[in-house]
Amino acid sequence: MEAFTVHTGRGVPLRRSNVDTDQIIPAVWLKQVSRTGFEKGLFSAWREDPSFVLNQPQYEGASILIAGPDFGTGSSREHAVWALQQYGFRAVIAPRFGDIFRNNSTKMGLLPVVLPAETVEALQRAAEQDPATEITVDLQAREVRGAGITAAFEIDDYTRWRLLEGLDDIGLTLRHADDITAFEQGRASWLPVTT
Amino acid sequence: MGRTLADKVYDAHVVRRAEGEPDLLYIDLHLVHEVTSPQAFDGLRLAGRTVRRPDLTIATEDHNVPTQNLLAPIADPVSRTQVETLRKNAAEFGVRLHPMGDDGQGIVHVIGPQLGLTQPGMTVVCGDSHTSTHGAFGALAFGIGTSEVEHVLATQTLPQVKPKTMAITVNGELPEGVTAKDLILAVIARIGTGGGQGYIIEYRGEAIRSLSMEGRMTVCNMSIEAGARAGMIAPDETTFAYLKGRPHAPQGAEWDAAVAYWKSLRTDDDAVFDKEVVIDAATLTPFVTWGTNPGQGLPLGESVPDPASFADPVERQAAERALEYMGLTAGTPLRDIEVDTVFVGSCTNGRIEDLRAVAEVLRGRKVADGVRMLVVPGSMKVKAQAQAEGLDEVFKAAGADWREAGCSMCLAMNPDKLAAGERSASTSNRNFEGRQGPGGRTHLVSPAVAAATAVTGRLAAPADL
Repeated sequence: MEAFTVHTGRGVPLRRSNVDTDQIIPAVWLKQVSRTGFEKGLFSAWREDPSFVLNQPQYEGASILIAGPDFGTGSSREHAVWALQQYGFRAVIAPRFGDIFRNNSTKMGLLPVVLPAETVEALQRAAEQDPATEITVDLQAREVRGAGITAAFEIDDYTRWRLLEGLDDIGLTLRHADDITAFEQGRASWLPVTT
Repeated sequence: MGRTLADKVYDAHVVRRAEGEPDLLYIDLHLVHEVTSPQAFDGLRLAGRTVRRPDLTIATEDHNVPTQNLLAPIADPVSRTQVETLRKNAAEFGVRLHPMGDDGQGIVHVIGPQLGLTQPGMTVVCGDSHTSTHGAFGALAFGIGTSEVEHVLATQTLPQVKPKTMAITVNGELPEGVTAKDLILAVIARIGTGGGQGYIIEYRGEAIRSLSMEGRMTVCNMSIEAGARAGMIAPDETTFAYLKGRPHAPQGAEWDAAVAYWKSLRTDDDAVFDKEVVIDAATLTPFVTWGTNPGQGLPLGESVPDPASFADPVERQAAERALEYMGLTAGTPLRDIEVDTVFVGSCTNGRIEDLRAVAEVLRGRKVADGVRMLVVPGSMKVKAQAQAEGLDEVFKAAGADWREAGCSMCLAMNPDKLAAGERSASTSNRNFEGRQGPGGRTHLVSPAVAAATAVTGRLAAPADL
């Protein structure tokens, strides 16, 4: 996983609520068996509209998505995270995230930042008024800074540590392989097997 | 203090608990399908890892599979590659697979319960958000992403932070003609698509207890549509009767020991939920969605809402956008909305009871002119059962298209899709923009409403016929 410490970049205001993962990447893109090439599928239905925010030249190269409430609801497709990252986003700021999407993001090093709706709105306004506005997402300090705003955000210590170090969960879990084996010995004998 | 059902199942699976770290939770059953697994198997290969417990893992082909001409190769080369990749991975890593054409094939959330692999008190995961379906058995079941799929394949565990608990109690009896689907659509409209976020929902109360296992699966299936991590229903005699005799259910003395344990899986009387919602079943009626998220629903007797009627500016804007996408005008009675497609199927409503409900309405009637109706069984076993009961003849006589098993038009990854501007009444779970095909418009409904709608060509309940 890519480590995340501090990132400074420009923001894209996405003023929509309930942006489900079917919008972030429509199902037709999920047929790929590789892990790359998903940037083409990012918001592909909405990008057909020339006025869609990602088609506006002033937001080209921006790396922080400033979204409405309930971003990433619906399907568990991690492809949504891959698409955002491969397009160039490092962080998404929103008042609330879909559970699975947020989880998937922290596994991949895309930082989901929860801020109050008014703060998100203020950041969206700033990015609209001056698309060159730089925003800093500081995981070390658990803080978003920019456009005259300094806003603290919450993230649990463990996830923060994992993201700062860029650590992969499987490696961490396998250090406890003996605990897993011990647990398996105590499982009820009636539990089903598939074979 | 007492514990909830969710607490009991969660606590029984904690492999390791340490201060400042997530719990390590053991996974009893891992369901795999072709869409969210290829990159996970690749990850294992790259790291030189194996599948820790292939005997607790099962795979099926469902999302991409065509529902016609099963003997021909899949026409879409990308879909075909994805299905073939699963076959190669299953063979290489020793995972049992139910491929297209196999009589055990079907939608991942239909085959688990059908085989008796989903049992009370288990932890069940799958790279699919509708894994919440299995909570109907009193299992803790939730959807995961591909990184987590790889994690479970490699370790049979997942790092987890214990979610909060929410009780949704539905008191009283469901009125005649009101089904599990209507109930859950009403719940989502009430608490919103984010209302369950961070919670495991336990559905309780007389109306829930009276539901069949199929109905309970429909309810738990859509927990994710309210944003919840999982939905659960305490196991009872209905659960045990459903499980007894299934291929993977315990037998003999093992069965008795299992049932004794399963009976302990209920929320203690003095347990406290983090949040409680109470619903009076008597107030429920057939429910349909009008918008582009599952929370945008209303009783069938109502009209398309006026966006100006929403006090919250975010909801107002969402409603405006939804009406534009759906091509609807505020104030139009929902019963006046004409559809050109009716889809019956999916992990929400593709089980035998759902097909029976549809057949009951269609018997002796015809699908309206200009309406195409697809009936897609959730599994090949459901298909065989429906045919043994003669339901396929009822569908065909009415003019509906009777298909092979798969996810089909629920998410349009196979050839079954809506064209831009087409409008469906669908028994599936998501009315998102483009979900059933780019530009397609979806109204979520129960199987009974789907069947009545097919007959009239407009959103309708069986009582309207």
